[in-house]
Amino acid sequence: MEEHLVDWSRAQFALTAMYHWIFVPLTLGLGFIVAIMESIYVKTNNEFWKKTTKFWMTLFAINFAIGVATGIIMEFEFGTNWANYSWFVGDIFGAPLAVEGILAFFMESTFFAVMFFGWEKVDKKFHLLSTWLVAIGSNLSALWILVANGWMQFPVGMEFNPDTVRNEMNNFWDVILSPVAISKFLHTIGSGYVMAALFVVGISAWYLLKGRDVIFAKKSMIIGATFGFITSLFLIFTGDESAHQVALKQPVKLAAMEGLYEGKEGAGLVAVGILNNKKTLRNDEDTYNFELEIPYALALLGYHDIDAYVPGLKDLVYGNELQGIVSAQTKIDKGKIAIAALEDYKEAKKENNMIKAQEARAVLEKNMQYFGYGYLKSPEQIVPPVATTFYAFHIMVTLGGWFTLLFALILYFSMRKDISDYRLLLISAVWSIPLGYIAGEAGWVVAEVGRQPWAIQDLMPVGIAATKIATTNVMISFFMFATLFTLLLIAEIKIMTKQIKIGPEGEH
Amino acid sequence: MITIKNIYLIYYEGFKNMKVGKTLWKIIFIKLAVILLFLNYFIHDKSLKSEYKTYDEKVNFVYENLKRK
Repeated sequence: MEEHLVDWSRAQFALTAMYHWIFVPLTLGLGFIVAIMESIYVKTNNEFWKKTTKFWMTLFAINFAIGVATGIIMEFEFGTNWANYSWFVGDIFGAPLAVEGILAFFMESTFFAVMFFGWEKVDKKFHLLSTWLVAIGSNLSALWILVANGWMQFPVGMEFNPDTVRNEMNNFWDVILSPVAISKFLHTIGSGYVMAALFVVGISAWYLLKGRDVIFAKKSMIIGATFGFITSLFLIFTGDESAHQVALKQPVKLAAMEGLYEGKEGAGLVAVGILNNKKTLRNDEDTYNFELEIPYALALLGYHDIDAYVPGLKDLVYGNELQGIVSAQTKIDKGKIAIAALEDYKEAKKENNMIKAQEARAVLEKNMQYFGYGYLKSPEQIVPPVATTFYAFHIMVTLGGWFTLLFALILYFSMRKDISDYRLLLISAVWSIPLGYIAGEAGWVVAEVGRQPWAIQDLMPVGIAATKIATTNVMISFFMFATLFTLLLIAEIKIMTKQIKIGPEGEH
Repeated sequence: MITIKNIYLIYYEGFKNMKVGKTLWKIIFIKLAVILLFLNYFIHDKSLKSEYKTYDEKVNFVYENLKRK
């Protein structure tokens, strides 16, 4: 496959996924914040809370409406740009996506209408139930998408059928209860909750800086910061579990996240660092120009054991007999045997030689877990772009730490004194809104760039997953999508800021 | 019957009295039109669906791509 084409297809998918992720996290979290506010309204019967709920609900609707269908483009891209991949995994990937489609359509669209149109039409409690169901529904939609993504990171619950050249699901529960899928789901929705909390806190801070709608802003800020602080702790907990799963299932990604070339027992975590760009697998240059390390933390994070051996990139590429780590070359050899066995099986079937077919199938099944390695040209190809993965991981973690501190400070000062007096903190809260988006995108960069070269971990590299199509078409569609999404983003920001300027007293 | 009428009224009056919502619906329709038109008229590439009609043809197409090069 032409590398240029694969890179453009990759860029196009990355572009659509990253733009889609601008809209999703706010939907995931703001739905719950709105539901909490409405619950207070129903409990207290105070019109102030109804007005507050309606204001944030309007911002929720703007984000929802502009973001809706941006994900559909990715599903089209599976067909046009990733046909081999779609066929190879269709049975598994299709099921969660179909459930997502049905859930999204029936649950969200039905209760969404009640939530927006039903204020004066339905019973208060039924309206509240609808608001909660919209929040739960959008999170359930995310579950199915993230199960599908989790499967690509750690394929389970299926069997490869050489007759159809497809992986066919043989255990639905293994797919949805995969530890990678569960930790991915929880960590991802957690990031959405923190993003939504930053949004509420940041906008409330803006009102306080302007000295308008002060009571509304303070009360919204308390709810946002409380929700944000609790979900930040949840995010730390789920992040720890995600890193543990990465260590067990995708050790190359973990090594890249930390720029760890040499494996070691009780490896430390680089809290802050600058990579030495001269460092390669084949030389002994220092890995970092500068680093601040927390001793034992990587071993603890990855394996929950401070003395654990954390394999470095060199171990994973060239093997480490002492630690029982198989070299990438051995896996490549087994992958080639698997691909050859598939061809032998097909030939034997064509010749109607069932004994030979059975033998070939046995060889294929024995080596199937390394199937994708058979397409790699060198062992070094298993290493993802280290610098991108390393910096994205550190940006995400640093910002996550900042958000937790920000929520804690806001809660502390809100309880102690008048939060309006802390202008620097309020300005920081406003600027933390874009930082929340950066952290979320950085998280996806770690997840996706960090697992290159795989489209499906160990089974299919990206180059084989791609469709042979005209590069020019992919380039044109890349720029078309870039333009469309940028216009949508501008529209969202414009409508959103207009509504924020109108404020909670205006019409929605 | 009354329930169906009530549901209809929720939607009817809801859409009628929308404020910000009207702009949002316009954006949704324009966006969907652009996406669908674009995908229909500008993406002519061969795909599994358009080029290979039978299941066996599709299997063979993917198999050929998976074979040793």
